[in-house]
Amino acid sequence: MTLLQVRDLDVTFDVMPRGAWPWTKPNKLQAVSRMNFDLEEGQTLGVVGESGSGKSTLARAIIGTVEATGGQILWDGTDLRTMSARDRRAHRREVQMIFQDPLAALNPRMTVGEIIAEPLTTHQPDVSKKETRKKVGEMMERVGLLPNLVNRYPHEFSGGQCQRIGIARALILDPRLVICDEPVSALDVSVQAQVVNLLKRLQREMGLSMIFIAHDLSVVKHISDRTLVMYLGRQMEQAEARELVRAPRHPYTQALISSVPIPDPVREAARERPVLEGELPSPLDPPSGCVFRTRCPKARPDCARARPPLDEVEPGHLVACPYQEVISPLDTPLSEPAEPVG
Amino acid sequence: MLAGRPAVEAAEQAAHMEPVKGRSLWQDARTRFFHNKAAVASMVILVLVGLFAAFGQFVTPWSNEEIDWALLGSIPEQGGPSWENRHYFGVDETGRDLYARVVQGTRISLMVGIVGALISVVVGTAWGAIAGYVGGRVDTIMMRIVDLMMSIPYMFVLILLLVVFERSIFMLFIGIGLISWLDMARIARGQTLSIKNKEFVEAAIATGVSTPRIIARHIVPNLLGVVIVYATLLVPQMIIFESFISFLGLGVQEPSTSWGALINMGADNMRNQTPWMLGFPLAFFVVTLFAFFFIGDGLRDALDPKDR
Repeated sequence: MTLLQVRDLDVTFDVMPRGAWPWTKPNKLQAVSRMNFDLEEGQTLGVVGESGSGKSTLARAIIGTVEATGGQILWDGTDLRTMSARDRRAHRREVQMIFQDPLAALNPRMTVGEIIAEPLTTHQPDVSKKETRKKVGEMMERVGLLPNLVNRYPHEFSGGQCQRIGIARALILDPRLVICDEPVSALDVSVQAQVVNLLKRLQREMGLSMIFIAHDLSVVKHISDRTLVMYLGRQMEQAEARELVRAPRHPYTQALISSVPIPDPVREAARERPVLEGELPSPLDPPSGCVFRTRCPKARPDCARARPPLDEVEPGHLVACPYQEVISPLDTPLSEPAEPVG
Repeated sequence: MLAGRPAVEAAEQAAHMEPVKGRSLWQDARTRFFHNKAAVASMVILVLVGLFAAFGQFVTPWSNEEIDWALLGSIPEQGGPSWENRHYFGVDETGRDLYARVVQGTRISLMVGIVGALISVVVGTAWGAIAGYVGGRVDTIMMRIVDLMMSIPYMFVLILLLVVFERSIFMLFIGIGLISWLDMARIARGQTLSIKNKEFVEAAIATGVSTPRIIARHIVPNLLGVVIVYATLLVPQMIIFESFISFLGLGVQEPSTSWGALINMGADNMRNQTPWMLGFPLAFFVVTLFAFFFIGDGLRDALDPKDR
C-alpha cells in the first residue's frame, strides 16, 4: 500500500535582499521544486545530493515544520496541506524525525527519560506516570541503552548514545513514517554502522517506512529500497537503490557515484571518472533549463532551453535528462558485490 | 555500552537495577559555584545581612521611631555608639536609635532589590521569550513597546508618580516594576532567538508539542542561566536606584527608612561630629552590594554555557 505520495511539491522561501526596505519585494528562493515520489508502507526511500540541494527542506515540508508552497503531500490519500490545524497536530504522531546533530537535538536541561517520554505525554496526556516510565524503559532497551540511565542528562552520553536516545524518542509513539535527516553523518564510522543497523532492525521489527537522507551514497545504498537524487531542489534521478548504483543514467548521479573514494590507491589513481567542477549555483538565481547544465560534462546548447522532464527510461527508473545513457560500469567501491557498510 | 550481544544482555540485567541518578547542568553549576571562595563568602555575608534584617529588632529595646529624650540636647557628645544606653550604632539627629533604624532600612532596601529583580525575572523573561519565540509582527510590536518605555526618562516619570500620587513604598514598587524588566526582556529575547533554532526545539515542534509548552519546557529552562545571573546583578542596581530616590527625598516615608534615606541623613550631619550616622548605613550598603556583585560573578562563571 502506498503510504505517502508527493505530487509536484514546491517549497519557496522569501528572502529579503541585504539592506532592503520593508516594502521591497522579496527574492524567491526555490528550495524544492516539483518533487514527485511515492513511498510504500514498510519501504525506505533514500535521498542523496550535495549540501544545499534541498534534502532537508524536503523532509521538513513533509513533517510540517516548513510550509510547502505548492503541490500535494498525500498521506493515505488525504492531502496534508489542506488538513485542519488540529488534524495536522494529531497527525504528527504518525511521522517522526531523527536529526543530524545528536546532542543538539536533545534539550540539555531535561533528563533522558523526560526527553523520550515527551511525545508520549504530548499525544497521550492521560497515560499514567508508571505506564510512561515502563514504556520509556522498554524503548531504551530496544535501542540498546541501559534503562537505568533514565535520570541522566544528554551531556553525559556519547554521540552514538545520543543518537539512540533520539531514535527512542522518535519511535516511542509507534509512528508509521520516520524521516532520518543525515542521522549518521555526525558520528564516527564505527558507530555509524551500529546506528544504521539498529535503524534497519527496528524498521523490520516495527514495520516502519523511512525516508533516509544522506550525502553518503554507501550508507543510502545499504539501507534504502529506492533512491532519489536531488540537485538544487530538483529531482535528477530516481531508481531502485541497487539499480541506481549499478547503472546510473543521469550525469550528476554518475559524478556522485564516481566521487566515492576507493580504499586502494592504485585503483583510485587508475580509474577514469567524470569530475564535477565548480560550485553549486545560487538557488536564488538557478540556471535556465536544466539546473545541472553549468557543471554537466555532457551539457549541450539546448540544455538551457527547457527544464528536462522526468522520464521513465526503464520500469521504476526515472531520469531527468534527455541525453542520459548507461555508461560502462563505474569503478567504485559501491559497485563491488560486498556490502561496504555493516 | 554500545550495541552488540553482550551489551544487550547487560541491558537486560540492568533493567532490574536501580536507576542511576544523573548530574544535571544545574548540579554541575552548583558544584562550580561552591568552589568559588569569594562567592561563597559573599553568600554567607548576605545570609547574615538577611538574618540581621529579620531578627535584629529583637536584640534592642529601642524601636525605630522612639526618641531618646535624654540624649536629645547632646547628640554629638553622647549620642555615639555605646553599650550602656543600648544604642549599639548610636542615635540619629533626632535621637532615634540608629541600630533599629538600620534594621528597618535593611528590610526596605532588600525588599526593594528583591521585588525589583523578581518583577524583572517574571515579566521580563516571559515577555522576551514570547516575543523571541513567536517572532514576526508580535515580536516587532512587543519589542517596540520596550523601546518606547526605555526612551521615556524614567526618573522624571517616577518623580511625577511620587508627587502626583501619595509618596508610599507601594508607589515606589510600581515605579521600579515599570522599568526593571525592560533590559531583562531584551536579554531574554536575544537568548531565545538563538535557542529557538536549536534542533531540540524543532524536534518538539515536529512531535506536535504546543507553543506554550515549548516556551515553558524548552525555551525558558535554557534561558534561566543568563536570567539568574542578570537578576543577581539587578538586585544591587535596584537598591542603588531606591537609595537615589530616597536620597532625593522622594523615597520611603518617615518614620520608615531605607539605606538611601539613612545615608542621606548621615551625609547631612557630617559636619556635626557624628560620623556614625553615615558610617553604619554606608557600611551595610557597600558590603551588601559587594556581596551581590560577587555572587553574580560567581553565578556567571558557574552557569556559563561555554563551559558545558
